[in-house]
Amino acid sequence: MRFASVGVTMDYLYFPGCTLYTKAKNFDQTARNCSRLLGFELKELPNWTCCGATFPLATDNLMALLPPSRILASAREEGSALTTLCAVCFNVIKRTNRLIQEDGEKREKINNFIEKNYQGDLRVVHYLEILKRDIGLAQVKEKVKKPLEGLKTGAYYGCMLLRPFDEMEFDDKEKPTLFEELLEALGATPVDFPYKIECCGSFQSVGAPDVATECAYKILGSAIKHGAELIVSTCPMCTFNIDHKQADIKEKYLDFKQVPVLYFTQLLGIAMGLDYRTLGFEQNFVDPVPLLKQKGLI
Amino acid sequence: MVIGGGIAGISASLDLGNAGYDVLLVDKLPSIGGRMLQLSETFPTLDCAQCTLTPKTVETGQHPRIKLVTFSEVEDVKGKAGDFLVKIRRKAAYVDWEKCTGCGLCQEKCPSKNPSEFERGMGPGKAVYTLSPQAVPNKPVINPSNCRYFKEGKCKVCEKICPVGAIDYEQKDRFVEERVGAIIVAVGFDLIPIESFGEYGSGMIPDVIDGLAFERLNSASGPTTGEIRRPSDGKIPKEVVFIQCTGSRDPERYMPYCSRVCCMYTAKHARLYKHKVHDGQVYIFYMDIRSTGKGYEEFIQQGMEEEGILYLRGRVSRLFREGDKVIVWGADTLTGKKIEVSADMVVLATALIPQNSTKELAEKLGIAVDDYGFLTEAQRKLRPVESNVEGIYIAGCAQGPKDIADAVAHANAAASKVQGLFARN
Repeated sequence: MRFASVGVTMDYLYFPGCTLYTKAKNFDQTARNCSRLLGFELKELPNWTCCGATFPLATDNLMALLPPSRILASAREEGSALTTLCAVCFNVIKRTNRLIQEDGEKREKINNFIEKNYQGDLRVVHYLEILKRDIGLAQVKEKVKKPLEGLKTGAYYGCMLLRPFDEMEFDDKEKPTLFEELLEALGATPVDFPYKIECCGSFQSVGAPDVATECAYKILGSAIKHGAELIVSTCPMCTFNIDHKQADIKEKYLDFKQVPVLYFTQLLGIAMGLDYRTLGFEQNFVDPVPLLKQKGLI
Repeated sequence: MVIGGGIAGISASLDLGNAGYDVLLVDKLPSIGGRMLQLSETFPTLDCAQCTLTPKTVETGQHPRIKLVTFSEVEDVKGKAGDFLVKIRRKAAYVDWEKCTGCGLCQEKCPSKNPSEFERGMGPGKAVYTLSPQAVPNKPVINPSNCRYFKEGKCKVCEKICPVGAIDYEQKDRFVEERVGAIIVAVGFDLIPIESFGEYGSGMIPDVIDGLAFERLNSASGPTTGEIRRPSDGKIPKEVVFIQCTGSRDPERYMPYCSRVCCMYTAKHARLYKHKVHDGQVYIFYMDIRSTGKGYEEFIQQGMEEEGILYLRGRVSRLFREGDKVIVWGADTLTGKKIEVSADMVVLATALIPQNSTKELAEKLGIAVDDYGFLTEAQRKLRPVESNVEGIYIAGCAQGPKDIADAVAHANAAASKVQGLFARN
């Protein structure tokens, strides 16, 4: 096996995060099903809690660091690699892990609070990174049963996977390609568009919905303009803004045309040959089924 | 020996030659003139760089006491002040300069066309070339990586056309040794490549160019004979954005220092552009305006007040191409607003950095460089032209970013130090 030779475990501890149990069940289910087909297991962390949802930026950040620290410490007791799907959770957990590794004083304080002895020695890895670095996209490509031929897909990264660049070390800062590489492995045609790393508006959709609507309108408009028929996302927050809010966008911008937004794992599921009725499309606001049928993919 | 034939090296050489000393002027390029030869006009007087420089290069070339050793690099230096033994590599030019009369036929007939480095990739360059029609010395060299004969074994057009039989494909690098009393290092600067800026398109957007490229566009001897035409489609750009401090004053990612000349040359570019494209609009994104030279502040003010150049205080976060436009996302920090400009061309005032080869040369000479690779002076304030080795002096931008006036003054000072050294012994 390839894994043994490079010393990577086949099992990953899995932190779903709150949204994947509610609004983004389709993300969670498809990720679990696909991982089995790709030969690795997501082992759900027992007794997990909310990650805190934002990495604290205040100097006095101890309280906000405790939830992700607790998650990390309990994961370390179960294994050595932790994965998440939600880009926000990933951002919070990865940055907290880094902080614990690098800041001895903070580490001691956190450990005193949570009554653990966690040294920051867990590998925090995103599902996309598993596909690219651990499994290898060539292996993924081999497992593809239904290549997504002719599907012009815009890979939307958002901010959280990438920023801050030095801490996330996910991909190239300004021109990430990991997502597109995956789409190519699945047989789809990736569409590059300038807004692919721009902010979706995030929590502004609560306090200043107009701001978020404008962000989403620009992102989707740019993707469509560059030829995308479908957009893939890796974040429930982004998906809320760019998929679930499409009715609001339509109301505000008369020229707007709706476009389906899928989680990348749903697309992976189609390519792996899973029955489309198990991919949770009913949770997607814009129904992708007509497009996928038209393309002969389902 | 003076290493580097830019305006600093030329100034020092002429000073020393006129004082009665023999000078060996070594340059790695085929001819002297350096960066200044690439410039169109110079601030704050807007006089033509070539018109002011060419008399100097010609004087240097014809000076009885100055010996030009161009297309050559210093290989090794031994000895001490008053008696250095230097070994110089004379790179193979594949043209016998003794025979060559500089008629230019070979360049005219050479069938190979490649982007010219001197024109910042915007104009065609031949495989056998001189840097400019006024090159001193006016002798061509062949670049084997572009030459059809060297690459494919066929062609030899230049050999056939040369009336004096000066082409010599078999020429090899030669080494010469010289004894010199003192050395002035004036090897100049380079620009941080625009490929370094991912946020500005990594050099992949054709209408995003650097300051030197704009100089070539604006130069009467440049690829567009001085008309401002953008590289992608040759159209005259109507909206031009200039971004100052690209890679300068950015300690986290690029160079922490101020490159000193960008505020002025950007103002100059903007004004020159307005002189040629009257209905064009210029936007300059800046952090601060640093115009501390004589007549400099007046120059900036004139541009703002009389020529309608729009200065926006803020940085640009991203550039990307949309159709045939370059979208500029910036901020105006004085009004606190986000700004989006749909520009036809963008000019980046990229940071001045040392030449790649400066560090290696400094090692051969046994002199120090700073963290960035600029040559270090013996004392920051009181000994600005001496290196830490007696008999070796530094001049111009090799020591740090400078404008022309400062580089010349620095070179004059280095030359006078050499004369002081020689007068003592």
